[in-house]
Amino acid sequence: MEQHQEGNKIDRRKFLNSGIRATIVLGIGGLGFSLLKNLSAEELVWQLDASKCIQCGRCATSCIMTPSAVKCIHVYAMCGYCDLCGGFFRPETKQLTTAAENQLCPTSAIKRKFVEEPFFEYEIIENLCIGCGKCVKGCEAFGNGSLQLQVSHNLCKNCNQCAIARVCPADAFSRVPVKSPYLFKGFGNKKLVKPAEDDE
Amino acid sequence: MKKIVLLLSLLFVLTFQFESAFSQRFPKPEFENGHQQPPTLTPAPRASLMQWFDVFVLLASLSVASWLVIKKRSRRGVFWLSVFSLAYFGFYREGCICPVGSVQNIVLGMFHPGYVIPATVVLFFAMPLIFTLFFGRTFCAGVCPLGAMQDLVLYKPVNLKPWLQKALGLIPYIYLGLAVLYAATATDFIICRYDPFVGFFRFDATFSMFFLGGIFMLMSLFIGRPYCRFLCPYGVLLNLTSLVSRKHLTIAPTKCIQCRLCEDSCPFGAIEVPSPVKPAEMRETTVQRFLILTIIIPVLVFAGGFAGGRIHEKLASVHPKVELAQHLLNPEKEVTEEMRVNLDAFKTAGKPTKELFAEVAVILHDFYVGGWILGGFLGLVFGLSLANLSKFKYQPDYITNKGTCFSCARCVDYCPVKDENPILQKPQN
Ligand code: SF4
Ligand code: SF4
Ligand code: SF4
Ligand code: SF4
Ligand code: SF4
Repeated sequence: MEQHQEGNKIDRRKFLNSGIRATIVLGIGGLGFSLLKNLSAEELVWQLDASKCIQCGRCATSCIMTPSAVKCIHVYAMCGYCDLCGGFFRPETKQLTTAAENQLCPTSAIKRKFVEEPFFEYEIIENLCIGCGKCVKGCEAFGNGSLQLQVSHNLCKNCNQCAIARVCPADAFSRVPVKSPYLFKGFGNKKLVKPAEDDE
Repeated sequence: MKKIVLLLSLLFVLTFQFESAFSQRFPKPEFENGHQQPPTLTPAPRASLMQWFDVFVLLASLSVASWLVIKKRSRRGVFWLSVFSLAYFGFYREGCICPVGSVQNIVLGMFHPGYVIPATVVLFFAMPLIFTLFFGRTFCAGVCPLGAMQDLVLYKPVNLKPWLQKALGLIPYIYLGLAVLYAATATDFIICRYDPFVGFFRFDATFSMFFLGGIFMLMSLFIGRPYCRFLCPYGVLLNLTSLVSRKHLTIAPTKCIQCRLCEDSCPFGAIEVPSPVKPAEMRETTVQRFLILTIIIPVLVFAGGFAGGRIHEKLASVHPKVELAQHLLNPEKEVTEEMRVNLDAFKTAGKPTKELFAEVAVILHDFYVGGWILGGFLGLVFGLSLANLSKFKYQPDYITNKGTCFSCARCVDYCPVKDENPILQKPQN
């Protein structure tokens, strides 16, 4: 009798459990279904919109990587090849020499190369750049804005929640499809004719 | 290239006409010495296809884990699988994305239809749950890199008092509740932010992350899987699904003979000691339980909800927009350096303050509702665990607690009962 009751109890429990199991499976299925609209078969990666960035400096300090995965990228197509580069020299510089005290970049990550009178080419040395945005600010203020901060995808770990996105005051970070993983502003974009002001 | 040059030169012509409307102050020069403009370097991200490979590895390791636990009952197999998982999901994939954090993507996606989720993230969330539903927490046993990290350094486990274990075991519910609230309101992903191990996976993190991770690693030497047992929010879901799992690891392959050899073998306190005699349930306990269930639980739910609603502004104050609005409303409030930058950025962006306030009003309302739900949920959890304490279960054998057992299969090696050795089995009566 005892045994029999025990057995009954177990059967009931088993039945109940399968019921709950089926409910959970349905629940997960329903969840997936309700998310169908949001789904993308493609991976998404973090990128900052260069036209929103205000070069606050947090990209250098907030990334989980040291140095930051955000780097200055030179969009050569926009560069004026100026001798007096607003991104290379400090504003108060008198003599246009490459002496460290004249340079805006705290890590001397910009290489200045003479091309021909009066033009110079500026190259960012990626592994020196810390993504502080000082040169970007200078170039935007005095030059063409060809120096731009971007998440460098060979370095970015694609965190589930980008630590910079959380603190970016300009709300410049978003997830973008892997196929077009950079958000340059102005001429650097594929649509080359689009002026920077219209990008917002 | 020709086209580009053409377009650019067209632009320069325009630039001279509406100088102010364009940012190109200095036209790009035409070089006489034939200098070529170098390409703009844009390193490509990891190929999209690779994420499907990750899903495949997850599926394969879940299958292997379940087979090792249920069929082979092999601790050694589980051990080597967790070494592999730690290497692949931890050190090679560097922690992201993991099922534990994916909870937040799912929640955010549910509440914000505009938020795009890669399908693989949904699979990462769902697959361990489904495997758990059928085989117990085999994901925790050998696949989760966070679990493996703690499990592999376990050196000298100390047993915690059951009441302490029960009490600390409530923290994951609070953590899960908060994580869901903050994800649903698109505030932050707190599980990812306070993930103690991801810094080790990347060999790089902020100091506070390493500090947190270091504390957990030290604790893991002596306390079995502290993060899993007392924090992991995904563990809550796994725990609940595992309770109704179709199959589950058993300590004895056939029938327990109450030899007590496995009693202290579980470093996670997941073995349930038999209750020696089956006492007739006393009237008093029945009445008590009934009271708890019908009175205390609703009261707790309501009180929790009420408290949650009361503190919703506090909960919301970490939302960046709410923070901003608070500062705009009280200009006297002390402004940190960080905040000043945010305020300046807001002013430069030129969004009307009214618009911000309207948004914040919506956010605050969401937090109010969310606070009620969170509080009510926690009240329910506390109430139910109280009710569980007063419940007396008759149970003759040494068994694992299906909810909290990680299916690591350590205990299996302590059990003298062998499948192929029927002599040791207790005679059926
Ligand atoms: S945190 Fe935002 S505003 Fe600041 S430098 Fe980075 S992208 Fe620009
Ligand atoms: S100034 Fe800052 S952003 Fe620009 S190259 Fe130097 S380190 Fe990089
Ligand atoms: S996703 Fe992570 S690694 Fe990439 S930029 Fe953001 S914080 Fe840095
Ligand atoms: S409890 Fe959480 S952290 Fe631990 S193994 Fe399971 S899922 Fe991973
Ligand atoms: S299998 Fe479960 S009960 Fe056995 S030692 Fe591991 S966690 Fe404990």
